[in-house]
Amino acid sequence: MDRRDFLKMAGISLVVVSGLDRLGYAAEKAADKKMPGGFYFLQMSDSHWGFNNPAVNPDFAGTLNKAMALVNGLESQPDFIVFTGDLTHDTDDDQERRKRLAEFKQIVKGLKVKDIKFMPGEHDAAVDNGKAFTEVVGKTHYTFNHKGVNFIALDNVSDPRGSLGDQQLQWLAKELKKLNRDKSRIVVLCHRPLFGLYPEWEWETRDGDKAIDLLMPYKNVTVFYGHIHQENHHMTGHIAHHAAHGLMYPLPAPGSKPRLAPLPWDPAQPYRDLGFRSIEAKAAPADYVITEYPIQKS
Amino acid sequence: MRVLSKKVLVMGIILLVIAAFGAAALAAGSEEVIKVTAKRFEYNPKEITLKKGVPVVLEFTSLDRLHGFKCPGLGIRTDIEPGKAARVPVTPQKVGDFEFHCDVFCGSGHGNMVGMIHVVE
Repeated sequence: MDRRDFLKMAGISLVVVSGLDRLGYAAEKAADKKMPGGFYFLQMSDSHWGFNNPAVNPDFAGTLNKAMALVNGLESQPDFIVFTGDLTHDTDDDQERRKRLAEFKQIVKGLKVKDIKFMPGEHDAAVDNGKAFTEVVGKTHYTFNHKGVNFIALDNVSDPRGSLGDQQLQWLAKELKKLNRDKSRIVVLCHRPLFGLYPEWEWETRDGDKAIDLLMPYKNVTVFYGHIHQENHHMTGHIAHHAAHGLMYPLPAPGSKPRLAPLPWDPAQPYRDLGFRSIEAKAAPADYVITEYPIQKS
Repeated sequence: MRVLSKKVLVMGIILLVIAAFGAAALAAGSEEVIKVTAKRFEYNPKEITLKKGVPVVLEFTSLDRLHGFKCPGLGIRTDIEPGKAARVPVTPQKVGDFEFHCDVFCGSGHGNMVGMIHVVE
């Protein structure tokens, strides 16, 4: 199965071309474009392993595997995969939290792609300030470079207030100083939105404005995050922020319900609004082509 | 005579300052303090009735871990740290029911840690 077949099976996809003046939607074609000098990676998010409410997702034990099967079916495999938090669903039991994180890690070993980057979500890390996540999965914030693109993974969840904290902001400032404001390509990965998307539902990072201020002098910055279980695209100045679908249950649009709660399963449209995305990093001009992959009953 | 006038003036100012601080202290002390405890995953009391235009102080104490209090409708919030009372002065300006919730992720029942402030005439 090549990527075109994959997209066909996955259903109609949206391609979002990032950029302040070019944010728009197109057909799925861009996913098949050749990328001389470029590469692509996948963003998967909010798998909530351990969630077990069948009214919300009767296939709670199988949805992650279904997504992995779709990924493994791609003829052209991504260079790497990022999981932007909430790998597991929350539990108040420290041992159970470790168990879920370990199970999740074991499950995703089934992916053909072995280069996987993990970030925590508040369900993984907020209750114990990231202790279990650090022990079982690894660092909660870090940088890496892939083919000239500088990736910065931020942790805005281990503090249950949803803050980065002064220490991490200082670290970010130090990392950014290594980069060139005009030429460096920067991709920020995190769980919560850095901007105040809908603070009433904790869809924000309390000190996210400080991180955005640090990033603002850099000309080429794009942020990919999870947390809100739906696609969302927002600009703060020239910085694009893209939220991804989840892999367990969808959430309502910001402020569209009196209270935040998962949207119930729709038997007429199983796996509705669940999915992941690919991000194609083009070599020149510097740009990202995002393709959404819904998980639909196949 | 001049010296005496200056002394009287200075004493007058001092008395005025003392009176002003005293009045403020009296006013602060006269505000009703409503004590609220927070623990996983509930507030006690979880329903609070206030009068429009009447200043009160909400005083929160955590019985277990870090929690939050956020009432978007009244524009007030605070962190509630264990071992430390968090005081939130509020003078409601509108009548209605205003939900509040914990906005510091505290575990499996975090989403259900809610309460209501009723503001009446």
